[in-house]
Parts: sequence; C-alpha cells; structure tokens
Amino acid sequence: MKKRLLASLLGAVMLLSVGMTGCGQKATENTGTAQQTAEQTAATPKILRLNNQSEPGSLHPGKAQGTHDSWLIEHVMEGLTKKSPEGKVVEGMATAWTVSEDGTVYTFTLRDGVKWSNGDPMVAKDFEIAWKYLLNPKTASEYAYQCYYLANGEAFNASTETDDAKLKELEDAVGVKALDEKTLEVRLEAPTPYFLELLSFYTYYPVNHKVQEANPDWANDASTYVSNGPFIFTEWKHKESMKIVKNEEYYDKDKVKLNEIHFAMIEDENTAWQMYRNDELDMAYPLPQDVTAQLSAQKDPEFVIGAELATYFYRFNTTKKPFNNVNVRRALSMTIDRKTIVESVAQGGQTPAYTLTPYGIADVSGDFTQNTGELFKYDPTEAQKLLAQGLQEEGMDKMPNFVILYNTSEGHKKIAEAIQEMWRKDLGIQVTLENVEFQIKLDREDKLDFEVARSGWVGDYVDPMTFLDMFESTSQQNDTGWVNAEYDALIRAAKANLDLASRSQQLHDAEKILMSEMPIAPIYFYTAPYTLKPYVKDSYKPINRYTQFQYADIVK
Amino acid sequence: MLKYIGKRLVLAILTLWVVITVTFFLMHAIPGNPFAKEGTMPQGVYENLQRYYNLDKPLHVQYVMYLKALMRLDFGPSLKSSVITVNDYIKNGFPVSLHLGLQALAIALTFGLILGVIAALNHNKWPDYVSMIVAIVGISVPSFILATVLINFVAVEWKLLPVATWKTWKHTVLPSISLAMMPTAYIARLMRSSMLEVLGQDYIKTAKAKGLSQSVIVIKHAIRNAILPVVTVMGIVTANLVTGSFVIERIFGIPGMGEMFVKGIFNRDYPVILGSAVFYSGILIFLIFIVDISYSFIDPRIKLTGGGK
Repeated sequence: MKKRLLASLLGAVMLLSVGMTGCGQKATENTGTAQQTAEQTAATPKILRLNNQSEPGSLHPGKAQGTHDSWLIEHVMEGLTKKSPEGKVVEGMATAWTVSEDGTVYTFTLRDGVKWSNGDPMVAKDFEIAWKYLLNPKTASEYAYQCYYLANGEAFNASTETDDAKLKELEDAVGVKALDEKTLEVRLEAPTPYFLELLSFYTYYPVNHKVQEANPDWANDASTYVSNGPFIFTEWKHKESMKIVKNEEYYDKDKVKLNEIHFAMIEDENTAWQMYRNDELDMAYPLPQDVTAQLSAQKDPEFVIGAELATYFYRFNTTKKPFNNVNVRRALSMTIDRKTIVESVAQGGQTPAYTLTPYGIADVSGDFTQNTGELFKYDPTEAQKLLAQGLQEEGMDKMPNFVILYNTSEGHKKIAEAIQEMWRKDLGIQVTLENVEFQIKLDREDKLDFEVARSGWVGDYVDPMTFLDMFESTSQQNDTGWVNAEYDALIRAAKANLDLASRSQQLHDAEKILMSEMPIAPIYFYTAPYTLKPYVKDSYKPINRYTQFQYADIVK
Repeated sequence: MLKYIGKRLVLAILTLWVVITVTFFLMHAIPGNPFAKEGTMPQGVYENLQRYYNLDKPLHVQYVMYLKALMRLDFGPSLKSSVITVNDYIKNGFPVSLHLGLQALAIALTFGLILGVIAALNHNKWPDYVSMIVAIVGISVPSFILATVLINFVAVEWKLLPVATWKTWKHTVLPSISLAMMPTAYIARLMRSSMLEVLGQDYIKTAKAKGLSQSVIVIKHAIRNAILPVVTVMGIVTANLVTGSFVIERIFGIPGMGEMFVKGIFNRDYPVILGSAVFYSGILIFLIFIVDISYSFIDPRIKLTGGGK
C-alpha cells in the first residue's frame, strides 16, 4: 500500500518536473544554440574575458567616478596625453604642446585625421565642451574637482547661480578654449607640475561635442556611444556583461591585436576566481585573501603582484588625551610590527609602510619614497620609553584603555586584532575593537568621535601631493585634529612652486614632519594581486589604474 | 467576496503608505550620506549633487515629492547610477529574480512536501530520520556555503555545469538548488509535524474503519488538511524567493534585484531603499492575499467575509 502511494507521488512529481523543465528548455534552447554558434564562429578572433565586478554607474567620462566605470572607458577613449607601458606620459590626442613660462598656460596641437567612432572628425572643441560640461554645477559630477586645476574651474562648479546668463559668464571664464579646430589653449589656476599626467586621466577625456549637444544621454547606451580610442563599445547588458570591439579607425590600430574584450560583472571574488580556474575568465582581480596567500606561497607563475598607489593607515584623534601627545603617538606607531602584519596577517604581497606616500612616484631623480627612506623603525624598547615619557608629560600614570574603530571587514578585523595584541604585549595597553558600518565610520571620523581609527587612501594622481595635502590643517580629509603651521606652510609653498627640485624638497620636508609628529600611523602600502592567463601578453598595470589591455595580445 | 477584496485593497494601500512613511523617515535618520567617501569631496561638488537630487530640500518637501512621483509609479533615480533608475532596477532585475525564485520554489515545494509526508508516514522509522537529518542540514547550512561547495565540485572539479553568470538554463541549475535548500527543509519540517497531527485525528481513524484505501486516506483526508500550515507560510516564502537573494545572486553573478535591498542601505541610496521596500511590501501583501483566498478552496469550512470572520 505504502509503496504504491510512494510510487504514485513520485510519478506525479516526475511528471511535474518534466513538464516544468520542458517549458523552461523551450524558452532557453534557442538562446543556447544561438550562443553556441556565436561561439563557434568567434573561435578565431582574439577575445579577452575580463571581470568588471559591478555595473558601471556611468560611462560618460564626465560622470564616471571609479574603477568600475573607468576600466572600460580607458579602453574606448583617449585623452590629450596617455601613459606608456613604462609609466611615462606620452602623446595621445595631442601631438605637441607648449607651456608658458609661469607654467599656467598650455597650448596643445591635436593629432591630424582622428575620427570619432561615428565618423565625425575630432576637434579641439570636443575637449572644451567636455570639460565645461563636467564643471557645470547642473551636471553634478562627483569628479568635477579633478578639473579644479583649470582657471576659474572651481568658481564655475561651486556656483549656486540660478540665472542662466550669469552662469554662462562663469562658464566662459573657465580656462579652456578651442583656438581653432586643432589648437586647444588651457589656462590653469596655479602651476601644476603633474598636469600632463592628469590629462591622461579619464576625467579629462574629450566627448564628441555634436553628439553631446544633440543627446546628453549618449553614454547611457552602447548603440549611441561615441568614442575615439582603440576599441568601440558595442554591447551593454545591465548588471550582466559589456562588450567592446577593435576600432578599425583608430590611428594606432596596427598595434591593437585583440579583436574583442568582454567584461563580466561578477561581484563575488571567489566566484570570479572559480571562473578563472574553469577557463571562463582570463584574469581574476581582486582575488580572495586566502587564494592570494596560497598563490603567493606557491610562487604561481600566473600570479602577479600589481603596483598600487594607496596606503593603509591608522588615524589618531589628536584632540583627545593622551593622543594629543606626540610621544604617545610615536610609541604606539613604533610598536606595530608591520612586517608581521604584511607577511602573516594581510598576506597580499603588501609593503610595510614607514611613510605616508607610497612607492612608485617619480622624484626629480629616482623614486620619491625610496629617496625619503624609512622615517621611523619598529622598536618596542624605544617605544616603551617614549610612552612613559609621554604619559608623564600628560600627568597620567597609566595609558587608559581605548578603542580601535574600523569599518566592518574580515581583513580590517584581523589587522586590528594583530595590533591589539602587539600593543598589549609590548606596551601593556588594553585595547578594545569596535567595528561599525563604513558610512558610520566616515561620519565619526568627520566628527572626531574616535580614539584610533582605521583608514586608507588611494592617490587621485601620481604625485606625493595627493597624499600629503590631506593633512593640511584646512583639509577636510585631515580628520585627526592635527594642526601644524610649518607643515601647512610647506604644502602651500609646494603647491605654488614651479621649480621641481625645491618643490620636491618641500614635500620631503613635509613628509618628515608628518612622520615625526605622527598624527597617523602608516601600516602598509596596498598592492593589487591578480592572476592572468599565460597566453595573455603585453598587458601593463599603471600604478593608479587597473591593468591595461590596449596593446595586449592572445597567443595560444 | 467582492466586499472582502475591496476591504483588503484599502488595507493594502494603507499598509503601503505606513511602510513608505516609516522607511522614509528612518532612512534619513541613520547617519551617513549617499555621497560619502573615504576623503571628503569639495563642498561645491557635494552641494551640486544635493541640489541635483533634491536632497537639499526640507525632508517633508522631499517626502511629498516622493509620494507624488510614486502616484505616477516613478520610483526615482538611483543616486549611484546616472544610467539606471530604480524603475529599471526593478524592470530588469525582477524577471530574473522571479525566474530563479519560481524554480527554487518548485524544487522546495516538491521535495519539501515529499520529505515531510514520507517522514510522517514512517514516524520514528529510518525514512523519518533520514528526512529530518536532510531537513536539519538544509536549515543549518547557509546557502552561500552550499553555493560555494556546488561551484567548486559540480562546476570546477567535475565540469558538469558553468560556474556563474545568467545565460542558458544550465546556468540556472546551481543557483536554484542553492536557493531552494532552506525553504525545502523548512517546508519538510512543517509538513511532517502537521501531517503527524492530522494522522492522529479521529476522522482518519473513521476513514480507516470505513475501509478506505491508504492512498485515498493520505491524499484526500490527511494531506489536504495537513497542508494548510504550509500554505500559510507560502506567502512569505514565495515573496522572499521571487524578490531575489542578495547572497545567491552575488555568488552566481545573477543580474536580479536581490542586491537592491542590501546595496541600497549600504550606499544610502535613498530612492533604492524606498523602491525596494515598497516593491517588496507590495509583493508580500499580494501573496498573503492570494494565500487567504486559497484557504477557502482548500478548506471549504473557511469563508471569506467582509466583516469579522
């Protein structure tokens, strides 16, 4: 009896499931075969499969605001200058330029015969319109401040003017002007030694001014997207995938070897890594931490540690006792064993940091941070003396218990725990850990409502200034309450200094003050560990960008 | 019946309004703002963004603006995308989540009910123990672990199915199974206990005494009565399944709407938070309504009336 019942139930279920999968199959079979044939015919072209991680917020150069947006844009667009694989600034859309003696007026001559992907010729006005659109307060671009270097750029962008005529006046005053079709004049607010470098950044890319004026939403769809770079944007399936194909009109097209690049949008690092292992992706970045540690230990040939322009550090709240005391801050910083943290805790090939500015930024000669050297040492014995001295100066007999604040993340937690243990062991301090959501952490840092807080900074451009000017007393990013007149003076002087040698000296001096006053304790310099299939050749990783594949090749 | 439906409709709109109002003021009360980043942005840029998205207006003005837009079924822009609006999020994401959710629901119902019935019919014998062990494992193993294990073995080691993304039916198998695990176990346990209770009732004994066959007793008398508690929870279970799972969709790279619920809050993307709350409430209210109606079909003793039951 029971068996009969079971059998009939099972039978019913099987019928049901066959029915369902049958329906499901009918609907999907077509796409399945269509895809197979597409894959078969595409067997010969060179297709690179990358993972963009998430859906871009915008692919308009003026509204893009992060690596999920910029990675594709960098492959389909090109600015006045570009970065060579060796990291040098070279000619892009501009073939020549002159700089005025005071360093504030640049005149660019554009490349001849460059066409947009819709056939329009590229003209100087494309840059003028692009930058003015970016700076227009009505555009509300998050990265508009990248163009504050232009004369009157900030005045236009920060204007609350509602009268259109007056707003137009402000717009006209912005320091960018097409003198003729092939000549662009750029006036800067102040001399900026790294301006040519900035021009290679996607915020400064041009847009086709005719398209921009006819349809401001042109960048929201692959079919209306117009570009001037090595690839053309052809397909955008939201939150699923994007596709770019080689631009046959590109001036340097002979050097472009790939036919297509496909971007998946897989947010989960583990999944992306599994897809890489399963040959569904050609590159996996970022990698899960345990995978990084494992590949690094095995010295896997597909494993690459890419350079990164970013520093992981702890902030001290210098308005709170005893963190107002420099000796206390120094003692805490000097008890952090950065080598152990990098090798046994973070395990991502990071570099211990003894300065705020990371390696990889050119100095007048050599590397800026190499030239600085390590500005302090891991020295628990010395730290104990400093702590005792500092506490005495503050009239305290014992270091009070305090809290390390960090935003919730397994990685930050492990590092905080390691530092907690180091401070307990070497200084006999009791520290509590507190994790909060990222937004709450930012809010509390802003209000100086913390004692020690975990932080990090990714450079906006490749110059020590992007790190050092954070700790000017007027900077909104200071968030430590630290004020130092000498430091402020050096940063201000360096910002206006045209002489590269003395400017470099001022920045070095500022770094030294920062590291002897220690309102922050640098911990490590980030790296970008990734894996790349061995058949992908000639890619390169600029220090402040994702890996670039403009000139890459697939050799199987 | 019509009176009943009308009354429920009014209640539904009232509930939605309460959800919108509470969510609106709660989300503005939590610290943080949509444009916060490590390293503050210049004041000018910040104010432009505030103006652009009308966040500079007083809260009650924003609230009225939102309600007015909602009347036109406009959920507003996402503060994190200049390409996709909240309507697009739902329009693109919901069909995908619905597809995945329905497949998971079919799996969960089929296996949950079978396991539950088998367990009850073999009370305290080995099939019971096996079913309940499966159910306990299903409840206690988080879906992301199951998903990771499935990817590692089925996709990478054995190469039977693709790892992730959302293309052919093959891509839907692993996420559907991962998503179905938990509700399967839940339904199985519920069905078992409810079935055991019903099997002990006098009318089952009567049916047996009348000499009805075992299959008639089980299907016509036992399951029909025992299934009511399962139907009751189906509203919530279905609503959860069809509106997408953040975890499963993230792990399998599925372009559903599950991420709205989590990322909206994380980014303080106000229109996304509101849109997801309104949409989810709407679906939930609708499904609970369907469940209530279906009672009267399964159990004729239940009458739907406009007044007190």
